[in-house]
Amino acid sequence: MTRAGWIRVATVLGAIAALELVTRAGLVSRHTIIPPTAMAAALWRLVASGAILPDIAKTLSNVAAAFVLSVAGGFVLGLLIHAAPRLRRALDPLLATYYAVPFFVFYPLLIVIFGMSDLPIIAIGFLFGVVAMVIATLNGLDRVPRVALKVARLARMDPLSIALIVKFPAAAPYLFTGIKLAVAYSFIGVIASEFILSGAGLGFAISYAYNNFDTPRMYALMLFILVSVTAVNMVLHGIEQRMLRRRGLAP
Amino acid sequence: MAGPGTRAGAAHAVLRGVTRIFPPPDRGQAPVHALGPLDLDLARGEFFAVVGPSGCGKSTLLEILAGLSAPTEGSVMFEGNAVRGSPPDGVGVVFQEDASFPWLSVWDNVAFGLRRAGMDRAEIARRVDHALGFMGLAGFARAYPAQLSGGMRQRVCIARTLVLEPRLILLDEPFGALDQQTRLLMGDELLRLWRDTGATILLITHALDEAAMLSDRIGVMSARPGRFIDMVATGWPRERDSTIVSDAAFGEVTARLWSCLRAESLKALGTVR
Repeated sequence: MTRAGWIRVATVLGAIAALELVTRAGLVSRHTIIPPTAMAAALWRLVASGAILPDIAKTLSNVAAAFVLSVAGGFVLGLLIHAAPRLRRALDPLLATYYAVPFFVFYPLLIVIFGMSDLPIIAIGFLFGVVAMVIATLNGLDRVPRVALKVARLARMDPLSIALIVKFPAAAPYLFTGIKLAVAYSFIGVIASEFILSGAGLGFAISYAYNNFDTPRMYALMLFILVSVTAVNMVLHGIEQRMLRRRGLAP
Repeated sequence: MAGPGTRAGAAHAVLRGVTRIFPPPDRGQAPVHALGPLDLDLARGEFFAVVGPSGCGKSTLLEILAGLSAPTEGSVMFEGNAVRGSPPDGVGVVFQEDASFPWLSVWDNVAFGLRRAGMDRAEIARRVDHALGFMGLAGFARAYPAQLSGGMRQRVCIARTLVLEPRLILLDEPFGALDQQTRLLMGDELLRLWRDTGATILLITHALDEAAMLSDRIGVMSARPGRFIDMVATGWPRERDSTIVSDAAFGEVTARLWSCLRAESLKALGTVR
């Protein structure tokens, strides 16, 4: 591991140890926050009992659906918008200000449209992630070398093959920015929606535990979400680094 | 009408009255007359070079011949068929920029065109391995372009064109980004490739010595709009290499090219100012 890596691990472990000490010493009330080891123990019991597994499965599958839809939809929309420069000029300011919209205000509307099901939740996650992917796609397509497209035309490829076999990999380093944001936004969109109005899922389980003063359970679930998001991001980071190294863009 | 570029005999590629006019870059400006009218006959198996001042439409000429863009007026024939804005079979292009795909290994880069053409795997493997060996890249099949020098990446691009067994190879200043020594050696490889494949070659270059050393015939282009103002036949034997630069006739050819081009290059500079 690099020096920076060691410092990073030391920082995280130090913060956890400090929290452990502060809570164990009774400086912070156990009703407010519990020691990290107690969180881990509570999570272990929760998972071992199997009671939480349906909620985990529900949330992770909704996140996965929102993520796949935003990445695929964002790439296709990005391709279409990139192919129509006039449309793009018209849409640019809208894309730039998109994240000023608080999507959650549309949640009641989405329930009216889709009913009380997983669909409004996935829709919120998708709405959150898709535009980050559109912007990253436009950015990446702008940087596809013109000569790569000439090579594709000389190979007499059709537009769909050019998009998938040449443009997609050529733009991949930029697309990764959108993919990483889509993961984060899918998690935020799905879990926050479950918080507001849902009868299942990790977001609901956390808010249920909170309302019932079940502090260990609440922290256990928060820890689980933190660990899963970190794990997904580490995998993505690994793939990205491998790709960048291969292209001589990372050490 | 026979212009200075036409020649009797079996022509491999024929350009007649080829003109390219680009639309105005900005509102209220005049259209840009980039090229022509221009006539050219390329004989089968000929090594032809194009030299001219910068901005004279050399690359436009290559793109029209490759079918990557259509002429505003005039016609292009390759092996008796009209070429108009779509790449014909049997034409390969090597660009000045690094056109290797950084996400593919050297082997996969070279196999790219063959896979797109849907060739069977055994034949792809045979051709790719042969081209890699021919270009001195056999030990780098599994490497990625980022691990190679600029000269080696350009060899990858040449190999990628070579595996398609093109009958006409167009090269757009392929060694422009390389240092002088590497360019001379790449010139030797290009001559070897030309002799071994029997392909017709059109080489665009700004280096007069490169044109004089490699070519059977050199077309000298005027400042924009580019037209041929001279055709210089070198009369070199088919068996030749970079040592020809010490030949007295080499100096004469280069001198003739420069005497033609000096005034045109000044014109090109003038339009820039």
